[in-house]
Amino acid sequence: MASAAPTSTAPLATHEAAPEAVVVRFAGDSGDGMQLTGGQFTLSTALAGNDLATFPDFPAEIRAPQGTLFGVSAFQINFGSSDITTAGDAPDILIAMNPAALKTNVNDLKAGGLIIADTGEFGERNLVKAKYESNPLEDGSLARWQVLAFDISALTLESVKPFGLGNKEALRCKNMWTLGLALWLFDRERQPIIDWLKGKFAKAPELAEANIAALNAGHAYGETAELAVPVKQLHMAPAPVAEGLYRTVTGAEAISLGLVAGAQLAELPMFFGGYPITPASAILHHLSRLKEYGVTTFQAEDEIAAIASAIGASYAGSLGVTSSSGPGIALKGEAMGLAIMTELPLVIVNSQRGGPSTGLPTKTEQSDLYQAVYGRNGDAPMPVIAARSPTDAFDCAIEACRIAIQYMTPVMLLTDGYIANAAEPWRVPDMAGYAKFPASFQTQVPEGGLKPYARNEKLARPWIKPGTPGLMHRIGGIEKEVGTGHINYAPANHQAMTELRRDKILGISHELHQDVALGETHGKLAVVGWGSTFGPIHQAVRRARRKGLDVAHIHIRHIWPLPENLGDLLDNYEQILIPEMNTGQLKTVLRDQYLVDAKSLNKISGQPFRIAEIEAAIEGMLA
Amino acid sequence: MTDIATLAKPRVETTLKDWETDQEVRWCPGCGDYAILKAVQRTLPMVGADPATTVFVSGIGCSSRFPYYVESYGFHTIHGRAPAVATGVKLANPDLDVWIITGDGDGLSIGGNHTMHVLRRNLDCQILLFNNEIYGLTKGQYSPTSRAGTRSPSTPFGSVDYPARPAAFALGSGAHFIARAYDISKQLPDVLTAAYNHKGAAFVEIFQNCIVYNKDVFADFTEKKNADEGQLWVEHGKPMLFAKGTKGIALDREALALKVVDVVDGDWRAADVIVHDVANRSVAHMLVEMPFGPFPMALGVIYDDPATSFEQAVVEQNEQGARGKTPDLQKLVSQGQTWTVKADADAAKGPAL
Repeated sequence: MASAAPTSTAPLATHEAAPEAVVVRFAGDSGDGMQLTGGQFTLSTALAGNDLATFPDFPAEIRAPQGTLFGVSAFQINFGSSDITTAGDAPDILIAMNPAALKTNVNDLKAGGLIIADTGEFGERNLVKAKYESNPLEDGSLARWQVLAFDISALTLESVKPFGLGNKEALRCKNMWTLGLALWLFDRERQPIIDWLKGKFAKAPELAEANIAALNAGHAYGETAELAVPVKQLHMAPAPVAEGLYRTVTGAEAISLGLVAGAQLAELPMFFGGYPITPASAILHHLSRLKEYGVTTFQAEDEIAAIASAIGASYAGSLGVTSSSGPGIALKGEAMGLAIMTELPLVIVNSQRGGPSTGLPTKTEQSDLYQAVYGRNGDAPMPVIAARSPTDAFDCAIEACRIAIQYMTPVMLLTDGYIANAAEPWRVPDMAGYAKFPASFQTQVPEGGLKPYARNEKLARPWIKPGTPGLMHRIGGIEKEVGTGHINYAPANHQAMTELRRDKILGISHELHQDVALGETHGKLAVVGWGSTFGPIHQAVRRARRKGLDVAHIHIRHIWPLPENLGDLLDNYEQILIPEMNTGQLKTVLRDQYLVDAKSLNKISGQPFRIAEIEAAIEGMLA
Repeated sequence: MTDIATLAKPRVETTLKDWETDQEVRWCPGCGDYAILKAVQRTLPMVGADPATTVFVSGIGCSSRFPYYVESYGFHTIHGRAPAVATGVKLANPDLDVWIITGDGDGLSIGGNHTMHVLRRNLDCQILLFNNEIYGLTKGQYSPTSRAGTRSPSTPFGSVDYPARPAAFALGSGAHFIARAYDISKQLPDVLTAAYNHKGAAFVEIFQNCIVYNKDVFADFTEKKNADEGQLWVEHGKPMLFAKGTKGIALDREALALKVVDVVDGDWRAADVIVHDVANRSVAHMLVEMPFGPFPMALGVIYDDPATSFEQAVVEQNEQGARGKTPDLQKLVSQGQTWTVKADADAAKGPAL
């Protein structure tokens, strides 16, 4: 399918006109600082006004053995002067810091794409480690691509010589040398990176100076050296974007900010119980610094204590939040049931990763949909919201807080490793534009006596904080009596309470409306997605529509309950295609709910969809 | 060992009746839990506790039904997790008086991890662990505190594993307050009062008689006829005497272990009997490890040496972290390196940095 990828960008080395978008992948050893280099390149891209999307792809091992194939860490960025929604299919440029990085990444490179390689790392030892029988830079095996190979290691050592660093430390500056070259290639300002280096190495100014020297040397090399292939400097015009203040944001940052905003809009203190797990830990890290927003973070002894403490905090009148990834979410299952039974607000963030079990901790997948919607004992309905992108995660987090509080229920917010780690430009929202939803607590005995399980128009029960005089009562995981909340095992009561819990959650669908993201509200084919597949689906549908195909894109944020009009909307299309990074979980839910003959497109490789893959599936269905 | 923080709590006048709920108590007739419930309901008025700010949190098991029977706020949670839920409650509102009710299975088996960490962190709460050395609610399986050889439905030929020792476990986990009593002991309210007055995690092991599945398992020291020889009630500043003052606990200086000594004519000093110091952690270790049989069962407040409590430290750090900063959502979302895009800017020049 990859061969169907259209060449939307002009071959770099031969055309002077700048292409609309370029995909660059930095790949090196996990100790080479590729994520850092990618992150800084992203910043400079954003500052240049290009739209962008990134895809960090790193091994689970912190420091895998040097030079090995499994120790390769990569960072891909797609940027350009038009709307960018994916990290890009095939890279135009691959920067390979060693043979292993070349070997694991080169086959993704577009035909005619450019390889920049460090010959200093292509010695016998590293070639053997990467399982190369001969040097690919010399044996002609890279003929499909253009190769720009020079001794970055030696050039770096030369550039940092004045600072008297040891060989090992000096070589660490290689990534900045490479970044300098990349900045030159795309006509970027060096100053923001220089400022950042000064801040980062404030305590070791000689390291700051060495890194800056390496950066400058790489840049100068591009400017002055007669490169082996005629690379032209590219200036990418800024993308046309709405006016306003912008910043870059990762999904983990956006969720943290959204949770804080949600708690503030609810006028509640927030309690966050977490336990370290990849890729969810970043949320705990972000929130632990925001004490002035009434945020208490608690690193619990395990996943169960993380959610149990959050439930305790909600019971006591805070907004309880917990976060994890698949395996940790599984551990929290019983406690989610407790929150459902005791009808307390709670937000559970699940940054999905490849599973089952430990699975692929640093790779992305959206295979926890069943777990989110169905994964608890008993009839245990719970709202599920899925973010489509890093910036969307902000609004989704606010939405999760609102529903949790207004309906007195735990809510699961799904993101994934891709959204959590990826960065994109974010137009800073105007917080005054967000409606407040202040939480209200019962403080008086109502007429007719205290009823902790009384219902309002949303079927939510009152929130009563311990510490309130005269409203003492007991709650727990045993079935509650309708109204009073006393223990009650009676058959008719359990039937009534189970139906109440179900109807309360299903009732949320009345306020949910499903829009069409792209295309008409009826037609031959709807491509229905959820979560981080938004970008590739959107671009694929856009391309197919340009070819005149009758296809629309529907992207579902509310996985449970589903929006009220979704069934009718799906009925308007002859065919339905659901691309998912799992074996067809949303497909199962939609088939079950609406009896629609939805077809699956599945990718379970730990990598996001390529636009071309979805485009090919669309063309296949409309052929 | 009452400290200033607890003295500062406003006293509320209540009677035992005020702490009774309208719920029918559903323990087996004759269960030791009834006596513990009464002792707690007697203690709460004594310490001047306020029903509105008192929260009982429990896990699962016979003992964990407790909150339903106390007229205060109550949360009957899930198996083993009461300490974790209680941690969230207390961190969210440090003004609440938090009591954790657990059992030997709930607190030391499925919830052992949480018990360890709540003690290590020193959350200000009272932890009452009802130890009956058996799983009662699930009908009589042996528990982590059952003695080796215990015959039960799951160990028909007798259990083969060594039992956990709750007080030793608690002390090893870093607890700053350890006390022991048994269900029908008249001193139980005093022990509970001391636990209540301790700022920090106060761990109380209460030997409880499960009359259906493990009847009289503690009779060797709880029965009246065995009380004198079998019980050593320790008290701060008082010599460790038992058997009506005819025996005492002394230190075997060569073995660095405790020993039982005879006290003649009440002259405990001559017998070198140890004067109990509740702040002496080393002696506390020896007391909770003291094997019953050769020694009496050490009861009462064994260890009480307060330290900064967890929620206090968290609140202080939160306040410190927030000091001088004004919450401003707009500012928060605008953090990091930002750039402005202007509608009238010449696109080719790029945005202003």
